[in-house]
Order: sequence, then C-alpha cells, then structure tokens
Amino acid sequence: MAEKLLEIKHLKQYFNIGRPNQVKAVDDVTFDIYKGETLGLVGESGCGKSTTGRTIIRLYDATGGQVLFNGEDVHGKKSKSELKKFNRKMQMIFQDPYASLNPRMTVADIIAEGIDIHGLAKGKKNRMERVYQLLETVGLNKEHANRYPHEFSGGQRQRIGIARALAVEPEFIIADEPISALDVSIQAQVVNLMKKLQREKGLTYLFIAHDLSMVKYISDRIGVMYFGKMVELAPADELYKNAMHPYTKSLLSAIPLPDPESERTRRRILYDPAAHHYEENEKVEMRELAPGHLVFCSEKEFEQYKTQYKK
Amino acid sequence: MDKILEVKDLKVSFQVYGGEVQAVRGVSFDLFKGETLAVVGESGSGKSVLNQTVMKLIPMPPGKITGGQILFHGEDIVKKTDKEMEKIRGKEISMIFQDPMTSLNPTMKVGHQITEVLLKHQNMSSHQAKERAVELLRLVGIPMPEKRINQYPHEFSGGMRQRAMIAIALAANPSLLIADEPTTALDVTIQAQILELMKDLQKKMDTSIIFITHDLGVVANVADRVAVMYAGQIVEIGTVDEIFYDPRHPYTWGLLASMPSLDSSHEEELTAIPGTPPDLTHPPKGDAFAARNKYALAIDFEEEPPLFQVSETHFAKTWLLHPDAPKVEPPEAVKRRMRKLSSTFEKPILVKEGN
Ligand SMILES: Nc1ncnc2c1ncn2[C@@H]1O[C@H](COP(=O)(O)OP(=O)(O)OP(=O)(O)O)[C@@H](O)[C@H]1O
Ligand SMILES: Nc1ncnc2c1ncn2[C@@H]1O[C@H](COP(=O)(O)OP(=O)(O)OP(=O)(O)O)[C@@H](O)[C@H]1O
Ligand code: SF4
Ligand SMILES: [Mg+2]
Ligand SMILES: [Mg+2]
Repeated sequence: MAEKLLEIKHLKQYFNIGRPNQVKAVDDVTFDIYKGETLGLVGESGCGKSTTGRTIIRLYDATGGQVLFNGEDVHGKKSKSELKKFNRKMQMIFQDPYASLNPRMTVADIIAEGIDIHGLAKGKKNRMERVYQLLETVGLNKEHANRYPHEFSGGQRQRIGIARALAVEPEFIIADEPISALDVSIQAQVVNLMKKLQREKGLTYLFIAHDLSMVKYISDRIGVMYFGKMVELAPADELYKNAMHPYTKSLLSAIPLPDPESERTRRRILYDPAAHHYEENEKVEMRELAPGHLVFCSEKEFEQYKTQYKK
Repeated sequence: MDKILEVKDLKVSFQVYGGEVQAVRGVSFDLFKGETLAVVGESGSGKSVLNQTVMKLIPMPPGKITGGQILFHGEDIVKKTDKEMEKIRGKEISMIFQDPMTSLNPTMKVGHQITEVLLKHQNMSSHQAKERAVELLRLVGIPMPEKRINQYPHEFSGGMRQRAMIAIALAANPSLLIADEPTTALDVTIQAQILELMKDLQKKMDTSIIFITHDLGVVANVADRVAVMYAGQIVEIGTVDEIFYDPRHPYTWGLLASMPSLDSSHEEELTAIPGTPPDLTHPPKGDAFAARNKYALAIDFEEEPPLFQVSETHFAKTWLLHPDAPKVEPPEAVKRRMRKLSSTFEKPILVKEGN
C-alpha cells in the first residue's frame, strides 16, 4: 500500500456560526492522500472544494477535525520556524488568477517572493535565472518578467501563479482549478508539465477542477463532493465505469463532448437529493463497495448498490 | 437574416513599456439576430480585447482602436462618446466578464448590484426590482436566493459569483449578450443548466450571443457558428459542423487534437501545441503561427496567408488551401472526426490577399 502523505479526518469548516446565514461548507469529510498521487476533487459549484483545500493548507482554522501531514497535525500549535518550513512544503495554486496576483508587483517579484522568503537563491543573478527558467517551464518567456499582472490575459496570469507555486519546490500542491482559465492547448501543456514535475520530483497533488475529462486524465483517484460532504471516492477509471451515487451519475451525464451531433441529442440525468428518503436515525456514511471505492449511503442503499455493481 | 453586428477590419493596440501590443490585428465578422457565435482560441489571442472593444470597455489609454469599424444595428460604435455608450451598455449590449471578482463590486451586496441594473434600465419600482433579483438568482441556480441577495461577493464561492454576474447581465434583457468564459468556474451540471437558460432566453427574446470559451464541448453544445482566433486574428470561421467535422486550419487541428477524450489513457501525453504564443509587440513576419506549425511551408515565414472560402459559410486563412500547396494530412485525432459535408465548394476560393 502506498504511503499516506495527508490524512484528513472528520474535517469541518463552518462559516457564520450561530448566525442565520450559517454555511456548513465542509461537513465531516474524511480521506487520505497518498505520496506521489493526484487526487482529483470534483463536485457542484459551492459544495466546498475550495474551502476543503484552503482549510487543509490552513488558510482557515478548521471548525473541527484533523489534518495530518506526514503524521504531524497541521493545525496543532507550531513555532514560527516550523510554520515556515511547513508553508514551503504545501503550496496552493488559486482558482482566480486575477485576485491572487499583487497588481503592484512585477511578474519577476511575484514569482521570486517565495524564493526570497525561504532564501533559496544564491545571489541576484541566480534569482533571475530561476525566474526565467520558471517562466519558460510554464510557457511564458523572459520578456514577461518585468511586466505587471494587468498586462496579461487570464491564462497567462494563471501560468504566473503556477510558476510562483513551483518556485519554492513544494512536496504537495493544491491546485484549485489551475487550468480553468486556460485554453485547451495550453491546458494540455500545463497538465503535461504537472505530470512531468510529478514524475521527476515525486510531487503530490490535490487537483480541484470541473473539466471531468481532464480530471480523469490527470487523477489516480477522484473524490466527488456534494453540499459539504464527500459522496463518492474511487480510482479514476472505476469512478467513470461504475459510478454509484446518483449525484456522480448526474455529473457524468452532463459532460459536454466536443461533437455537435452528440450534443444535440444529449440526455442529462437529474439529481434530486430528496430522492434518498433517508429516515431520521438512519446511519448515512462512507461504505466501501469495492476495494478503494467508497460511496456515501445508508445500509439499505448499500445493499442495493452491491447488487447493481458490475465487476 | 438581420445582421445585428458587423465588425470590419478592426485593429486594437495597447501602449506598453517597450512598445505597442497589437492585440487585435484586422478582424472582420458579422453576427446575425438570434444566433450564437462561439469564439475560441489561444490564451492571449485577443478574444477578450476584441469583445470588450465591441462594448468600448478597453481602457483608453493605454488601449486604442487603430482602425476599422464596429457597426451595431448599422451605427458605428467606434465613433460614439462615453455618454452614448453608457446608454447602450447594460441595456442593449450586456457582458458577462471573465473575472467575476474584479467586476463585482466587493463592497456592495449582491442583490443590490442586480437591482441597480433593473432600476437604471427597466423602469421598475424598488420592490419589483428586488423580487426580480431573487427570481434571477434562482434562475441561475443559486439556492436560497432570498438569503443570498443580502450577502457580499466574498461570501460566494467562485461559481456562485460567476452566476451572480450572469444574473446581472440577463437582468436587462439585452439584444446582444457577450459572454466571456461564463461557465468556466461552474461544474458541469450547473453549466448545463446555465447553457439551457441562455438558449431559452435566446429563443424568447431573439438575443444574439457571442460566447467566448475554450471548452470545445461547450462550443459543440451552444454554437451556431465558431470563430477561431490566433494572435489577434480570426484564422478560421464556419458553422459548428464545419469547424468540428471539416476543420481546415492547422491551429484548429491543434486545438481539436489537444483535448483529452474520456477514453484517453493516463500514459499518453496530450498533444499540446508546441512553443509559446508570439509576442504581439513584434508580430512575426508571414503567418504568426508558422514557427509552431509543423505543416508550415517556406512561404509562411515570408508572406501572410490569404483568406480562402471553402463553403458559403466557411473561411480559413492558411496557405495550405492555395492550389499550389502540397497536400498534408491532419493529425490522427482530427482525421477520426473528419466528414464530407455537402455544403463544401469543389475548390477553395481566394477571397482576400494577406496584408
Ligand atoms: N469566506 C466565506 N464566508 C462565508 N461563506 C463562505 C466563505 N467562503 C465560502 N463560503 C461558502 O461556503 C460554501 C463552499 O464554498 P467553496 O468556495 O468551498 O465552494 P467550491 O466547491 O470551491 O465552489 P466553486 O466550484 O464554485 O468554486 C459556499 O456556500 C460559499 O458561499
Ligand atoms: N490593458 C492591457 N495592457 C497591455 N496589454 C494588454 C492589456 N489587455 C490585454 N493585453 C494584451 O492583449 C493580448 C490579448 O489579450 P486578451 O485578454 O484579449 O486575450 P484572450 O484571448 O482573452 O486570452 P484568455 O483566453 O487568456 O482570456 C494579450 O497579449 C494581452 O497581454
Ligand atoms: S499559412 Fe502556413 S503557417 Fe499558417 S497555418 Fe497555414 S500552413 Fe501553417
Ligand atoms: Mg472553488
Ligand atoms: Mg480572455
């Protein structure tokens, strides 16, 4: 069995606690992430994917639960130097390339910020060499180093964000829709690049995205979230072949395909959360349907799923 | 069919440190009433600038329209003053922006941002406007809209912000809707819902839509016609079937080949288009795509290709359609989707020489 890099246990993140607009953005979610794998995270917009990522990386204090990184509690108290070390190991690439880059810094300074904080460059020349190399790695060029973020297109900005995350040579990267803002040809470049970096440096990814064909392509395993809960978790191929949770099925039926004819005849499966008819005291939890394939369901549903399950 | 928009040889530049970025380099196209034109193309190819220019929303300076015309209902927008544009924007032409966070006002409640548009353009009482705002948020799939109208944008998830933007854009029932990556932050089920909503609206109001996206699945779903942009130019334009089943430009081939399909294996590399986009402060001589195009001919590095017409509705700007060009085979992934379409001319016709 692969080694666990992260263990997320009963993670909860509530907003506006005690007020009428309380949101249970992440509501008791448990999963592991193995060293060197890519775990894809998909689900309805607003279901808590970004919040899960942000809480793991400690941008928010968790309302409840635990996050262990190499067996150490991320949310436990830590000294300043420990925190710094920790911050370098986990990096995040953000969903919104516009809001996440400081408009008053040049691209070179944005990318080199982490290099400076962690003292990773030997002298000015080496610092710029690294910046140039990172720019090239993400498909930009040297001339871009002295420009400002507003001079770039959405996709170009996202690549700057990726270069920034890579600059400190992290072990674990949370990529929150890193390619949503990119056109397909550049998406392919970035995804090939992320895979290559993973092979070479043993990186581990949590990859949040909406493009299911891309998620399937890049992920070893995929988790599906709905309304703050993880509803299904399985190896990538298995999830596409044997989706069990009705929300997953609905999601898969909505993937638009690059073929006008099949789009004209598309039939979507709709998901109605009320259709589960869970009773008051029924225990609804993650149950293992096949090795590594977990579904959030009741005992009754579990029996049903087992009979439906195809090998 | 009525033309609602005619763009003629439009050129847009930005003054930057070290020169002038030629973001749009001579673009021409028409848009008909009630149709959806999808615009696809590489990041940085000028899709957003082109469409923001149609609304005169590019910052001037550093931006500048250096040539061409934009006829909206026959009237040239290029000449209009800011004040005249104010009246058109939000009422006749609405835009959904690519970056919801910078175009929503962070200090104003979401509901208020919608009612503002309604009050300005729709002659509603504030009570009616509030009800309509709730209804619009419900239409774009935001749960509990009565509560959500009282929240600020930062309390919304990425996709919810985008849906709020869509609600604002639809509020005024525009005759032209420009949607810049409106569904990229949405999951596929909500995306499907929004696309259905837009099509519905289009059917009822005969709205014309320009839909910018890089998701070719979405293009196949919504578009009547597709324009493919590269380095500030439209390099191919045609009906959705023509672009997906009979693409002629090597860049379009590259786009279609770089998508993973649901049955791609993990081991296979995606076929990314090699190299980086050209620097538009110094657009290369000849065809801007030549350096990255394995099909490039000697002439491509010297002379800009002419525009050829392959059917009544299908145009492509590539030397490969020239009668003297060698015959080349598109990549495997593209060949698999090729079909013979009945509308195709026997031979491509040269319609415009390169500049
Ligand atoms: N800072 C915050 N304050 C209050 N509520 C928040 C905050 N951040 C997120 N939320 C709420 O938490 C829920 C989950 O949001 P999150 O951003 O994690 O969703 P997501 O799955 O990433 O969605 P998307 O795919 O649209 O990005 C949403 O209901 C959102 O409104
Ligand atoms: N305000 C500006 N100042 C300088 N250059 C700009 C400005 N806005 C855009 N550009 C440049 O114009 C070109 C076209 O940008 P545009 O935003 O239209 O690309 P796009 O096709 O929409 O890309 P994406 O798919 O990434 O959104 C890019 O090279 C960009 O760097
Ligand atoms: S004109 Fe030449 S370089 Fe341009 S797309 Fe056609 S073959 Fe390629
Ligand atoms: Mg998110
Ligand atoms: Mg854009």
